[in-house]
Amino acid sequence: MITNQNTNIVLTLKNNVCIVPNYFVSKGGVHMDRIVKIEIITRQNKFESLKEALNKINVSGMTVTQVLGYGNQKGRTEVYRGTEYSVDLLPKIKIEVVVPENLIDPIVSVTTQICNTGNIGDGKIFIYPIERVIRIRTQEEASNAI
Amino acid sequence: MNLEMITAIDTLWVVLCAAIVFFMQAGFCMVETGFTRAKNAGNIIMKNLMDFALGSITYWVVGFSIMFGVSAGGFIGGLDLFSTGTFEHLGLTIPKEAFLIFQTVFAATAATIVSGAMAERTKFSSYLIYSFFITLVIYPVVGHWIWGGGWLSELGFIDFAGSTVVHSLGGWSALMGAWILGPRLGKYTSDGKSQAIPGHSLTLGALGVFILWFGWFGFNPGSTLSGMDSESIAHIFVTTNLSAAMAATVTMAVTWIRYKKADVSMTLNGALAGLVCITAGTHIVSPAGAAAIGAVAGVVIVFAIEFIDKVLKIDDPVGAIGVHGVCGAIGTLLVGVFAVDGGLLYGGGLDLLIIQAIGVAAVAAWTLVTTFILFKTIKATVGLRVHAEEEINGLDIEEHGIESYADFQPKNITLTQQV
Repeated sequence: MITNQNTNIVLTLKNNVCIVPNYFVSKGGVHMDRIVKIEIITRQNKFESLKEALNKINVSGMTVTQVLGYGNQKGRTEVYRGTEYSVDLLPKIKIEVVVPENLIDPIVSVTTQICNTGNIGDGKIFIYPIERVIRIRTQEEASNAI
Repeated sequence: MNLEMITAIDTLWVVLCAAIVFFMQAGFCMVETGFTRAKNAGNIIMKNLMDFALGSITYWVVGFSIMFGVSAGGFIGGLDLFSTGTFEHLGLTIPKEAFLIFQTVFAATAATIVSGAMAERTKFSSYLIYSFFITLVIYPVVGHWIWGGGWLSELGFIDFAGSTVVHSLGGWSALMGAWILGPRLGKYTSDGKSQAIPGHSLTLGALGVFILWFGWFGFNPGSTLSGMDSESIAHIFVTTNLSAAMAATVTMAVTWIRYKKADVSMTLNGALAGLVCITAGTHIVSPAGAAAIGAVAGVVIVFAIEFIDKVLKIDDPVGAIGVHGVCGAIGTLLVGVFAVDGGLLYGGGLDLLIIQAIGVAAVAAWTLVTTFILFKTIKATVGLRVHAEEEINGLDIEEHGIESYADFQPKNITLTQQV
Protein backbone atom coordinates (compact mmCIF):
# COMPACT_ATOMS: atom_id res chain seq x y z
CA MET A 1 0.00 0.00 0.00
CA ILE A 2 1.21 3.43 -0.80
CA THR A 3 -0.18 6.49 0.92
CA ASN A 4 -0.02 9.79 -0.86
CA GLN A 5 -0.35 13.33 0.35
CA ASN A 6 -4.06 13.46 -0.16
CA THR A 7 -4.81 10.60 2.15
CA ASN A 8 -5.81 8.49 -0.79
CA ILE A 9 -4.42 5.03 -0.90
CA VAL A 10 -3.06 3.48 -4.03
CA LEU A 11 -3.53 -0.20 -4.18
CA THR A 12 -2.03 -2.44 -6.69
CA LEU A 13 -4.24 -5.37 -7.36
CA LYS A 14 -3.65 -7.99 -9.98
CA ASN A 15 -3.71 -6.09 -13.28
CA ASN A 16 -5.58 -3.18 -11.77
CA VAL A 17 -4.61 -0.02 -10.05
CA CYS A 18 -7.32 1.21 -7.85
CA ILE A 19 -7.35 4.51 -6.02
CA VAL A 20 -9.75 4.52 -3.15
CA PRO A 21 -10.47 7.07 -0.47
CA ASN A 22 -8.82 6.40 2.82
CA TYR A 23 -11.76 5.44 4.88
CA PHE A 24 -12.49 2.40 2.79
CA VAL A 25 -9.46 0.68 4.19
CA SER A 26 -9.82 -1.33 7.34
CA LYS A 27 -7.98 -4.25 8.83
CA GLY A 28 -7.74 -6.93 6.21
CA GLY A 29 -8.14 -4.95 3.01
CA VAL A 30 -10.39 -2.81 0.90
CA HIS A 31 -14.14 -3.08 0.98
CA MET A 32 -15.94 -2.39 -2.25
CA ASP A 33 -18.80 -1.03 -0.17
CA ARG A 34 -22.40 -1.06 -1.17
CA ILE A 35 -23.57 2.36 -2.16
CA VAL A 36 -26.84 3.66 -0.84
CA LYS A 37 -29.02 6.73 -1.25
CA ILE A 38 -30.17 8.36 1.93
CA GLU A 39 -33.22 10.59 1.61
CA ILE A 40 -33.98 12.92 4.50
CA ILE A 41 -37.29 14.75 4.63
CA THR A 42 -37.39 17.28 7.43
CA ARG A 43 -38.27 20.85 8.44
CA GLN A 44 -36.99 23.68 6.27
CA ASN A 45 -35.43 25.53 9.16
CA LYS A 46 -33.18 22.56 9.97
CA PHE A 47 -31.45 22.64 6.62
CA GLU A 48 -28.48 24.88 7.36
CA SER A 49 -27.43 23.05 10.53
CA LEU A 50 -27.92 19.67 8.94
CA LYS A 51 -25.85 20.62 5.90
CA GLU A 52 -22.96 21.76 8.06
CA ALA A 53 -23.11 18.67 10.22
CA LEU A 54 -23.13 16.40 7.18
CA ASN A 55 -20.16 18.22 5.71
CA LYS A 56 -18.26 17.55 8.92
CA ILE A 57 -18.65 13.79 8.53
CA ASN A 58 -17.35 13.89 4.98
CA VAL A 59 -20.61 13.93 3.15
CA SER A 60 -19.55 16.41 0.57
CA GLY A 61 -22.37 16.43 -1.94
CA MET A 62 -26.13 16.53 -1.75
CA THR A 63 -29.22 17.32 -3.75
CA VAL A 64 -31.81 19.47 -2.05
CA THR A 65 -35.43 19.91 -3.08
CA GLN A 66 -38.29 21.86 -1.60
CA VAL A 67 -41.23 19.55 -1.20
CA LEU A 68 -44.76 19.60 0.13
CA GLY A 69 -46.14 16.81 2.21
CA TYR A 70 -47.76 15.54 5.33
CA GLY A 71 -47.70 12.51 7.56
CA ASN A 72 -49.05 12.33 11.09
CA GLN A 73 -48.66 16.08 11.31
CA LYS A 74 -51.67 16.54 9.04
CA GLY A 75 -52.22 20.09 7.85
CA ARG A 76 -53.78 23.19 9.30
CA THR A 77 -56.90 25.28 8.73
CA GLU A 78 -56.75 28.78 7.34
CA VAL A 79 -59.45 31.36 6.67
CA TYR A 80 -59.57 33.25 3.38
CA ARG A 81 -62.13 36.06 3.20
CA GLY A 82 -64.57 34.29 5.46
CA THR A 83 -64.15 30.81 4.03
CA GLU A 84 -62.33 28.11 5.98
CA TYR A 85 -60.07 25.81 4.04
CA SER A 86 -57.47 23.21 4.98
CA VAL A 87 -53.86 23.41 3.94
CA ASP A 88 -52.90 19.73 3.91
CA LEU A 89 -49.52 20.05 2.31
CA LEU A 90 -46.78 21.55 4.43
CA PRO A 91 -43.44 22.73 3.06
CA LYS A 92 -40.50 20.51 3.94
CA ILE A 93 -36.97 20.04 2.71
CA LYS A 94 -35.73 16.86 1.04
CA ILE A 95 -32.01 16.12 1.11
CA GLU A 96 -30.64 13.29 -0.97
CA VAL A 97 -27.12 11.97 -0.52
CA VAL A 98 -25.48 9.00 -2.20
CA VAL A 99 -22.84 7.48 0.05
CA PRO A 100 -21.07 4.22 0.83
CA GLU A 101 -23.01 2.16 3.32
CA ASN A 102 -20.56 2.70 6.11
CA LEU A 103 -21.79 6.26 6.32
CA ILE A 104 -25.36 5.21 7.05
CA ASP A 105 -24.94 5.11 10.79
CA PRO A 106 -23.09 8.42 11.09
CA ILE A 107 -25.63 10.15 8.89
CA VAL A 108 -28.64 8.74 10.69
CA SER A 109 -27.12 9.66 14.02
CA VAL A 110 -26.30 13.22 12.98
CA THR A 111 -29.70 13.72 11.38
CA THR A 112 -31.71 12.53 14.33
CA GLN A 113 -29.60 14.65 16.59
CA ILE A 114 -30.18 17.82 14.62
CA CYS A 115 -33.67 17.36 13.27
CA ASN A 116 -35.37 15.92 16.29
CA THR A 117 -37.54 18.53 18.00
CA GLY A 118 -39.81 16.09 19.77
CA ASN A 119 -42.82 17.35 17.81
CA ILE A 120 -44.79 15.61 15.10
CA GLY A 121 -43.49 16.78 11.72
CA ASP A 122 -39.76 16.18 12.28
CA GLY A 123 -39.70 14.00 9.17
CA LYS A 124 -38.31 10.75 7.91
CA ILE A 125 -35.13 9.10 6.68
CA PHE A 126 -35.40 6.66 3.78
CA ILE A 127 -32.53 4.46 2.64
CA TYR A 128 -32.42 2.99 -0.85
CA PRO A 129 -29.89 0.65 -2.46
CA ILE A 130 -28.11 2.17 -5.45
CA GLU A 131 -27.44 -0.04 -8.43
CA ARG A 132 -24.85 2.07 -10.20
CA VAL A 133 -23.18 5.42 -9.80
CA ILE A 134 -21.42 7.18 -12.65
CA ARG A 135 -19.48 10.45 -12.63
CA ILE A 136 -20.41 12.27 -15.80
CA ARG A 137 -17.15 14.17 -16.23
CA THR A 138 -14.80 11.16 -16.13
CA GLN A 139 -17.14 8.18 -16.53
CA GLU A 140 -15.77 6.74 -13.30
CA GLU A 141 -18.06 4.40 -11.51
CA ALA A 142 -18.95 3.14 -8.10
CA SER A 143 -16.96 4.49 -5.19
CA ASN A 144 -14.79 6.62 -7.47
CA ALA A 145 -17.88 8.43 -8.53
CA ILE A 146 -18.95 9.71 -5.12
CA MET B 1 -56.45 88.03 -8.24
CA ASN B 2 -57.23 88.30 -11.91
CA LEU B 3 -59.11 85.85 -14.08
CA GLU B 4 -55.91 84.55 -15.70
CA MET B 5 -54.50 83.51 -12.34
CA ILE B 6 -57.74 81.88 -11.26
CA THR B 7 -57.96 79.94 -14.49
CA ALA B 8 -54.35 78.84 -14.11
CA ILE B 9 -54.81 77.66 -10.53
CA ASP B 10 -58.08 75.91 -11.33
CA THR B 11 -56.67 74.22 -14.41
CA LEU B 12 -53.49 73.11 -12.65
CA TRP B 13 -55.52 71.64 -9.85
CA VAL B 14 -57.86 69.71 -12.14
CA VAL B 15 -55.19 68.26 -14.41
CA LEU B 16 -52.96 67.36 -11.48
CA CYS B 17 -55.87 65.47 -9.94
CA ALA B 18 -56.61 63.85 -13.29
CA ALA B 19 -53.08 62.47 -13.29
CA ILE B 20 -53.48 61.18 -9.74
CA VAL B 21 -56.80 59.54 -10.59
CA PHE B 22 -55.19 57.98 -13.67
CA PHE B 23 -52.69 56.34 -11.34
CA MET B 24 -55.62 54.53 -9.72
CA GLN B 25 -55.59 52.30 -12.80
CA ALA B 26 -52.30 50.90 -11.49
CA GLY B 27 -54.00 50.47 -8.14
CA PHE B 28 -56.86 48.46 -9.61
CA CYS B 29 -54.41 46.41 -11.65
CA MET B 30 -52.32 45.48 -8.62
CA VAL B 31 -55.33 44.68 -6.43
CA GLU B 32 -56.83 42.46 -9.09
CA THR B 33 -53.64 40.60 -9.98
CA GLY B 34 -52.75 40.21 -6.32
CA PHE B 35 -56.08 38.72 -5.34
CA THR B 36 -56.19 36.24 -8.24
CA ARG B 37 -53.98 33.42 -9.41
CA ALA B 38 -50.64 33.85 -11.13
CA LYS B 39 -51.72 31.95 -14.22
CA ASN B 40 -54.13 34.78 -15.05
CA ALA B 41 -52.04 37.81 -14.11
CA GLY B 42 -51.24 38.89 -17.67
CA ASN B 43 -54.89 38.68 -18.63
CA ILE B 44 -55.90 40.93 -15.72
CA ILE B 45 -53.20 43.36 -16.78
CA MET B 46 -54.53 43.45 -20.32
CA LYS B 47 -58.09 43.99 -19.17
CA ASN B 48 -57.06 46.89 -16.97
CA LEU B 49 -54.80 48.37 -19.60
CA MET B 50 -57.34 48.10 -22.36
CA ASP B 51 -60.43 49.24 -20.52
CA PHE B 52 -58.52 52.43 -19.91
CA ALA B 53 -57.22 52.74 -23.45
CA LEU B 54 -60.45 51.78 -25.15
CA GLY B 55 -62.47 53.76 -22.64
CA SER B 56 -60.44 56.90 -23.22
CA ILE B 57 -61.12 56.78 -26.92
CA THR B 58 -64.78 55.84 -26.66
CA TYR B 59 -65.42 58.53 -24.08
CA TRP B 60 -63.70 61.17 -26.21
CA VAL B 61 -65.66 60.18 -29.32
CA VAL B 62 -69.13 59.75 -27.79
CA GLY B 63 -69.36 59.37 -24.03
CA PHE B 64 -68.28 62.84 -22.98
CA SER B 65 -70.86 64.67 -25.02
CA ILE B 66 -73.66 62.30 -24.00
CA MET B 67 -72.70 63.02 -20.41
CA PHE B 68 -72.13 66.77 -20.61
CA GLY B 69 -73.89 67.89 -23.76
CA VAL B 70 -76.94 70.12 -23.67
CA SER B 71 -79.60 68.11 -21.89
CA ALA B 72 -82.41 66.42 -23.78
CA GLY B 73 -85.17 66.22 -21.20
CA GLY B 74 -82.78 65.69 -18.34
CA PHE B 75 -82.10 62.17 -19.52
CA ILE B 76 -79.19 62.40 -21.94
CA GLY B 77 -76.84 65.01 -23.35
CA GLY B 78 -76.62 66.03 -26.97
CA LEU B 79 -74.21 63.89 -28.96
CA ASP B 80 -71.16 65.77 -30.23
CA LEU B 81 -68.86 63.39 -32.02
CA PHE B 82 -65.24 63.81 -30.92
CA SER B 83 -66.33 66.36 -28.32
CA THR B 84 -65.46 69.25 -30.60
CA GLY B 85 -67.97 71.75 -29.18
CA THR B 86 -67.24 74.49 -26.66
CA PHE B 87 -69.52 73.10 -23.94
CA GLU B 88 -69.90 76.67 -22.75
CA HIS B 89 -73.28 75.85 -21.24
CA LEU B 90 -71.32 74.10 -18.48
CA GLY B 91 -69.87 77.39 -17.28
CA LEU B 92 -66.43 75.93 -16.76
CA THR B 93 -63.64 78.04 -15.30
CA ILE B 94 -61.12 75.70 -16.91
CA PRO B 95 -60.42 74.76 -20.50
CA LYS B 96 -62.79 72.19 -21.97
CA GLU B 97 -59.91 69.77 -22.48
CA ALA B 98 -58.91 69.89 -18.82
CA PHE B 99 -62.47 68.96 -17.96
CA LEU B 100 -62.46 66.27 -20.65
CA ILE B 101 -59.35 64.55 -19.34
CA PHE B 102 -60.59 64.76 -15.76
CA GLN B 103 -63.89 63.17 -16.70
CA THR B 104 -62.15 60.57 -18.86
CA VAL B 105 -60.17 59.18 -15.94
CA PHE B 106 -63.36 59.02 -13.88
CA ALA B 107 -65.15 57.08 -16.62
CA ALA B 108 -62.21 54.71 -16.87
CA THR B 109 -62.36 54.14 -13.11
CA ALA B 110 -65.96 53.03 -13.37
CA ALA B 111 -65.17 50.71 -16.26
CA THR B 112 -62.22 49.00 -14.60
CA ILE B 113 -64.14 48.04 -11.46
CA VAL B 114 -65.77 45.21 -13.35
CA SER B 115 -62.59 43.44 -14.45
CA GLY B 116 -61.91 42.22 -10.91
CA ALA B 117 -65.30 40.62 -10.38
CA MET B 118 -65.13 38.91 -13.76
CA ALA B 119 -61.52 37.81 -13.39
CA GLU B 120 -60.04 34.44 -14.31
CA ARG B 121 -62.82 33.21 -16.61
CA THR B 122 -63.94 35.98 -18.99
CA LYS B 123 -63.16 35.94 -22.68
CA PHE B 124 -60.82 38.82 -23.34
CA SER B 125 -62.58 39.93 -26.52
CA SER B 126 -65.91 39.93 -24.71
CA TYR B 127 -64.44 42.11 -22.01
CA LEU B 128 -63.31 44.60 -24.64
CA ILE B 129 -66.85 44.74 -25.99
CA TYR B 130 -68.18 45.41 -22.51
CA SER B 131 -65.60 48.21 -21.97
CA PHE B 132 -66.69 49.85 -25.18
CA PHE B 133 -70.36 49.95 -24.24
CA ILE B 134 -69.94 51.04 -20.65
CA THR B 135 -67.95 54.13 -21.61
CA LEU B 136 -70.06 54.69 -24.71
CA VAL B 137 -73.47 54.99 -23.07
CA ILE B 138 -74.13 53.18 -19.77
CA TYR B 139 -71.84 55.38 -17.67
CA PRO B 140 -72.37 58.68 -19.54
CA VAL B 141 -76.15 58.55 -19.17
CA VAL B 142 -75.90 58.14 -15.40
CA GLY B 143 -73.23 60.82 -15.32
CA HIS B 144 -75.57 63.12 -17.19
CA TRP B 145 -78.39 62.59 -14.71
CA ILE B 146 -76.15 63.59 -11.80
CA TRP B 147 -73.29 65.77 -13.06
CA GLY B 148 -74.38 66.84 -16.52
CA GLY B 149 -77.39 68.83 -15.38
CA GLY B 150 -79.83 65.94 -15.69
CA TRP B 151 -82.95 65.07 -13.73
CA LEU B 152 -81.31 63.74 -10.56
CA SER B 153 -79.25 66.87 -10.08
CA GLU B 154 -82.46 68.88 -10.63
CA LEU B 155 -84.02 66.90 -7.78
CA GLY B 156 -81.20 67.89 -5.47
CA PHE B 157 -79.44 64.54 -5.49
CA ILE B 158 -75.92 64.82 -4.08
CA ASP B 159 -73.01 62.70 -5.28
CA PHE B 160 -69.94 64.85 -5.06
CA ALA B 161 -67.22 62.66 -6.52
CA GLY B 162 -69.12 59.59 -7.61
CA SER B 163 -70.10 57.01 -4.99
CA THR B 164 -73.09 56.39 -7.24
CA VAL B 165 -71.95 57.65 -10.63
CA VAL B 166 -68.65 55.79 -10.65
CA HIS B 167 -68.57 53.21 -7.89
CA SER B 168 -72.06 51.83 -7.57
CA LEU B 169 -72.39 51.85 -11.36
CA GLY B 170 -69.21 49.81 -11.59
CA GLY B 171 -70.37 47.62 -8.73
CA TRP B 172 -73.77 46.80 -10.22
CA SER B 173 -72.16 46.11 -13.61
CA ALA B 174 -69.75 43.81 -11.81
CA LEU B 175 -72.65 42.09 -10.08
CA MET B 176 -74.46 41.46 -13.34
CA GLY B 177 -71.32 40.39 -15.15
CA ALA B 178 -70.15 37.99 -12.46
CA TRP B 179 -73.61 36.55 -12.06
CA ILE B 180 -74.18 35.91 -15.76
CA LEU B 181 -70.62 34.65 -16.13
CA GLY B 182 -70.92 32.11 -13.37
CA PRO B 183 -68.36 31.17 -10.74
CA ARG B 184 -64.84 29.98 -11.39
CA LEU B 185 -64.37 26.24 -11.72
CA GLY B 186 -63.92 24.75 -8.30
CA LYS B 187 -65.26 27.78 -6.48
CA TYR B 188 -68.38 26.03 -5.24
CA THR B 189 -68.73 22.34 -4.38
CA SER B 190 -71.64 20.39 -5.82
CA ASP B 191 -73.67 21.20 -2.71
CA GLY B 192 -72.92 24.89 -3.07
CA LYS B 193 -70.26 25.31 -0.38
CA SER B 194 -67.84 28.12 -1.10
CA GLN B 195 -64.19 27.13 -1.56
CA ALA B 196 -61.27 29.43 -0.97
CA ILE B 197 -59.17 30.28 -4.02
CA PRO B 198 -56.36 32.31 -2.50
CA GLY B 199 -54.77 35.13 -4.45
CA HIS B 200 -51.17 34.74 -5.51
CA SER B 201 -49.66 37.91 -4.09
CA LEU B 202 -50.96 39.76 -1.10
CA THR B 203 -48.05 42.17 -1.53
CA LEU B 204 -49.34 43.24 -4.94
CA GLY B 205 -52.83 43.49 -3.51
CA ALA B 206 -51.63 45.75 -0.73
CA LEU B 207 -49.65 47.89 -3.15
CA GLY B 208 -52.83 48.30 -5.16
CA VAL B 209 -54.85 49.40 -2.16
CA PHE B 210 -52.27 51.97 -1.15
CA ILE B 211 -52.16 53.32 -4.70
CA LEU B 212 -55.96 53.55 -4.74
CA TRP B 213 -55.98 55.35 -1.37
CA PHE B 214 -53.41 57.77 -2.74
CA GLY B 215 -55.45 58.17 -5.93
CA TRP B 216 -58.52 59.05 -3.90
CA PHE B 217 -56.68 62.17 -2.76
CA GLY B 218 -57.06 63.27 -6.37
CA PHE B 219 -60.44 61.67 -6.96
CA ASN B 220 -62.29 63.46 -4.18
CA PRO B 221 -60.66 66.88 -3.85
CA GLY B 222 -60.26 67.17 -7.61
CA SER B 223 -64.02 67.14 -7.94
CA THR B 224 -64.11 70.67 -6.59
CA LEU B 225 -62.92 71.50 -10.12
CA SER B 226 -61.26 74.55 -8.68
CA GLY B 227 -57.94 75.05 -6.96
CA MET B 228 -59.31 78.21 -5.38
CA ASP B 229 -61.61 76.23 -3.09
CA SER B 230 -59.03 75.94 -0.34
CA GLU B 231 -61.42 75.28 2.51
CA SER B 232 -63.28 72.65 0.58
CA ILE B 233 -60.16 70.93 -0.73
CA ALA B 234 -58.59 70.74 2.69
CA HIS B 235 -61.81 69.50 4.24
CA ILE B 236 -62.20 66.82 1.58
CA PHE B 237 -58.68 65.52 2.18
CA VAL B 238 -59.50 65.09 5.84
CA THR B 239 -62.90 63.46 5.46
CA THR B 240 -61.59 61.13 2.76
CA ASN B 241 -58.71 59.96 4.91
CA LEU B 242 -60.76 59.60 8.08
CA SER B 243 -63.34 57.45 6.40
CA ALA B 244 -60.70 55.14 4.94
CA ALA B 245 -58.78 54.90 8.20
CA MET B 246 -61.87 54.23 10.26
CA ALA B 247 -63.16 51.64 7.82
CA ALA B 248 -59.84 49.79 7.78
CA THR B 249 -59.73 49.80 11.58
CA VAL B 250 -63.28 48.60 11.97
CA THR B 251 -62.88 45.88 9.35
CA MET B 252 -59.73 44.71 11.08
CA ALA B 253 -61.64 44.52 14.34
CA VAL B 254 -64.55 42.68 12.77
CA THR B 255 -62.29 40.08 11.15
CA TRP B 256 -60.29 39.72 14.36
CA ILE B 257 -63.46 38.81 16.19
CA ARG B 258 -65.12 36.86 13.40
CA TYR B 259 -62.16 34.86 12.06
CA LYS B 260 -60.13 34.95 15.28
CA LYS B 261 -57.31 36.69 13.41
CA ALA B 262 -56.92 40.14 11.84
CA ASP B 263 -57.42 39.31 8.17
CA VAL B 264 -55.11 41.06 5.73
CA SER B 265 -57.06 40.92 2.48
CA MET B 266 -60.37 41.77 4.12
CA THR B 267 -58.84 44.75 5.93
CA LEU B 268 -57.41 45.98 2.65
CA ASN B 269 -60.92 45.79 1.21
CA GLY B 270 -62.12 47.62 4.30
CA ALA B 271 -59.96 50.64 3.53
CA LEU B 272 -61.37 50.74 0.00
CA ALA B 273 -64.91 50.42 1.32
CA GLY B 274 -64.37 53.49 3.47
CA LEU B 275 -63.04 55.42 0.51
CA VAL B 276 -66.00 54.50 -1.69
CA CYS B 277 -68.49 55.34 1.04
CA ILE B 278 -67.17 58.84 1.68
CA THR B 279 -66.99 59.76 -1.98
CA ALA B 280 -70.59 60.98 -2.24
CA GLY B 281 -70.58 63.39 0.67
CA THR B 282 -66.93 64.13 1.23
CA HIS B 283 -67.43 67.89 0.97
CA ILE B 284 -70.47 68.26 3.20
CA VAL B 285 -70.02 65.88 6.10
CA SER B 286 -68.06 66.76 9.18
CA PRO B 287 -64.87 64.90 10.10
CA ALA B 288 -66.83 63.05 12.77
CA GLY B 289 -69.45 62.24 10.19
CA ALA B 290 -66.74 60.91 7.91
CA ALA B 291 -65.43 58.71 10.67
CA ALA B 292 -68.93 57.39 11.30
CA ILE B 293 -69.42 56.69 7.60
CA GLY B 294 -66.11 54.84 7.55
CA ALA B 295 -67.14 52.78 10.54
CA VAL B 296 -70.36 51.76 8.83
CA ALA B 297 -68.42 50.82 5.69
CA GLY B 298 -65.99 48.77 7.78
CA VAL B 299 -68.79 46.60 9.11
CA VAL B 300 -70.87 46.44 5.94
CA ILE B 301 -68.03 45.29 3.72
CA VAL B 302 -67.31 42.11 5.67
CA PHE B 303 -70.90 40.99 5.67
CA ALA B 304 -71.51 42.13 2.10
CA ILE B 305 -68.58 40.10 0.79
CA GLU B 306 -69.68 37.04 2.76
CA PHE B 307 -73.30 37.46 1.67
CA ILE B 308 -72.42 37.77 -2.00
CA ASP B 309 -70.04 34.83 -1.79
CA LYS B 310 -71.96 32.40 0.40
CA VAL B 311 -75.62 33.34 0.04
CA LEU B 312 -75.95 34.79 -3.45
CA LYS B 313 -73.20 32.40 -4.56
CA ILE B 314 -71.76 34.97 -6.95
CA ASP B 315 -68.04 34.50 -7.34
CA ASP B 316 -66.25 37.85 -6.95
CA PRO B 317 -62.52 37.22 -6.56
CA VAL B 318 -61.67 40.74 -5.40
CA GLY B 319 -64.80 41.84 -3.55
CA ALA B 320 -65.61 44.54 -6.13
CA ILE B 321 -69.36 44.15 -5.81
CA GLY B 322 -69.23 44.63 -2.07
CA VAL B 323 -66.72 47.47 -2.09
CA HIS B 324 -68.05 49.47 -5.03
CA GLY B 325 -71.68 48.40 -5.45
CA VAL B 326 -72.90 48.01 -1.89
CA CYS B 327 -70.69 50.65 -0.28
CA GLY B 328 -71.28 53.07 -3.15
CA ALA B 329 -75.01 52.85 -2.52
CA ILE B 330 -74.64 53.07 1.24
CA GLY B 331 -72.28 56.02 1.03
CA THR B 332 -74.75 57.87 -1.14
CA LEU B 333 -77.62 57.17 1.25
CA LEU B 334 -75.56 58.22 4.25
CA VAL B 335 -75.22 61.70 2.77
CA GLY B 336 -78.89 62.03 3.62
CA VAL B 337 -78.01 61.32 7.23
CA PHE B 338 -74.71 63.07 7.77
CA ALA B 339 -74.83 66.10 5.45
CA VAL B 340 -74.17 69.11 7.64
CA ASP B 341 -76.66 71.03 5.53
CA GLY B 342 -79.90 69.08 5.27
CA GLY B 343 -78.93 65.73 6.70
CA LEU B 344 -81.18 63.75 9.02
CA LEU B 345 -78.87 64.21 12.00
CA TYR B 346 -78.72 67.95 11.47
CA GLY B 347 -82.45 68.61 11.53
CA GLY B 348 -82.98 68.27 7.80
CA GLY B 349 -85.57 65.56 8.15
CA LEU B 350 -85.95 62.74 5.68
CA ASP B 351 -86.13 64.86 2.51
CA LEU B 352 -82.53 64.56 1.44
CA LEU B 353 -82.40 60.92 2.43
CA ILE B 354 -85.40 60.18 0.23
CA ILE B 355 -83.83 61.98 -2.73
CA GLN B 356 -80.62 60.05 -2.20
CA ALA B 357 -82.59 56.81 -2.13
CA ILE B 358 -84.36 57.67 -5.37
CA GLY B 359 -81.05 58.33 -7.06
CA VAL B 360 -79.44 55.15 -5.75
CA ALA B 361 -82.41 53.08 -6.90
CA ALA B 362 -82.66 54.74 -10.30
CA VAL B 363 -78.98 54.24 -11.08
CA ALA B 364 -79.11 50.67 -9.82
CA ALA B 365 -82.12 49.93 -12.00
CA TRP B 366 -80.59 51.54 -15.10
CA THR B 367 -77.25 49.80 -14.60
CA LEU B 368 -78.65 46.38 -13.79
CA VAL B 369 -81.01 46.44 -16.77
CA THR B 370 -78.51 47.75 -19.32
CA THR B 371 -75.70 45.46 -18.20
CA PHE B 372 -78.09 42.54 -18.14
CA ILE B 373 -78.90 43.20 -21.78
CA LEU B 374 -75.24 43.79 -22.60
CA PHE B 375 -73.82 40.68 -20.97
CA LYS B 376 -76.64 38.44 -22.13
CA THR B 377 -76.15 39.66 -25.68
CA ILE B 378 -72.41 39.11 -25.54
CA LYS B 379 -73.00 35.66 -24.10
CA ALA B 380 -75.47 34.76 -26.84
CA THR B 381 -73.30 36.04 -29.67
CA VAL B 382 -69.55 35.74 -29.18
CA GLY B 383 -69.70 34.08 -25.79
CA LEU B 384 -68.78 35.54 -22.44
CA ARG B 385 -66.74 32.82 -20.79
CA VAL B 386 -63.67 30.82 -21.77
CA HIS B 387 -63.84 27.04 -22.12
CA ALA B 388 -63.18 24.89 -19.07
CA GLU B 389 -59.83 23.72 -20.38
CA GLU B 390 -58.70 27.28 -21.05
CA GLU B 391 -59.75 28.31 -17.57
CA ILE B 392 -57.79 25.47 -16.00
CA ASN B 393 -54.64 26.11 -18.05
CA GLY B 394 -54.81 29.81 -17.28
CA LEU B 395 -55.79 32.77 -19.40
CA ASP B 396 -52.21 34.02 -19.71
CA ILE B 397 -51.23 31.11 -21.88
CA GLU B 398 -54.61 30.53 -23.51
CA GLU B 399 -55.69 34.09 -24.32
CA HIS B 400 -52.32 35.78 -24.68
CA GLY B 401 -49.76 33.07 -25.32
CA ILE B 402 -47.48 34.17 -22.52
CA GLU B 403 -46.67 33.40 -18.93
CA SER B 404 -46.53 36.33 -16.59
CA TYR B 405 -44.00 34.70 -14.31
CA ALA B 406 -41.93 32.80 -16.85
CA ASP B 407 -38.62 33.32 -15.10
CA PHE B 408 -39.80 33.55 -11.53
CA GLN B 409 -38.45 30.91 -9.18
CA PRO B 410 -38.52 32.01 -5.57
CA LYS B 411 -35.54 30.56 -3.71
CA ASN B 412 -37.28 29.33 -0.65
CA ILE B 413 -34.54 27.32 1.05
CA THR B 414 -33.36 29.40 3.94
CA LEU B 415 -29.91 30.65 3.18
CA THR B 416 -29.33 31.96 6.64
CA GLN B 417 -29.40 30.28 10.00
CA GLN B 418 -32.88 30.29 11.48
CA VAL B 419 -34.27 29.05 14.72
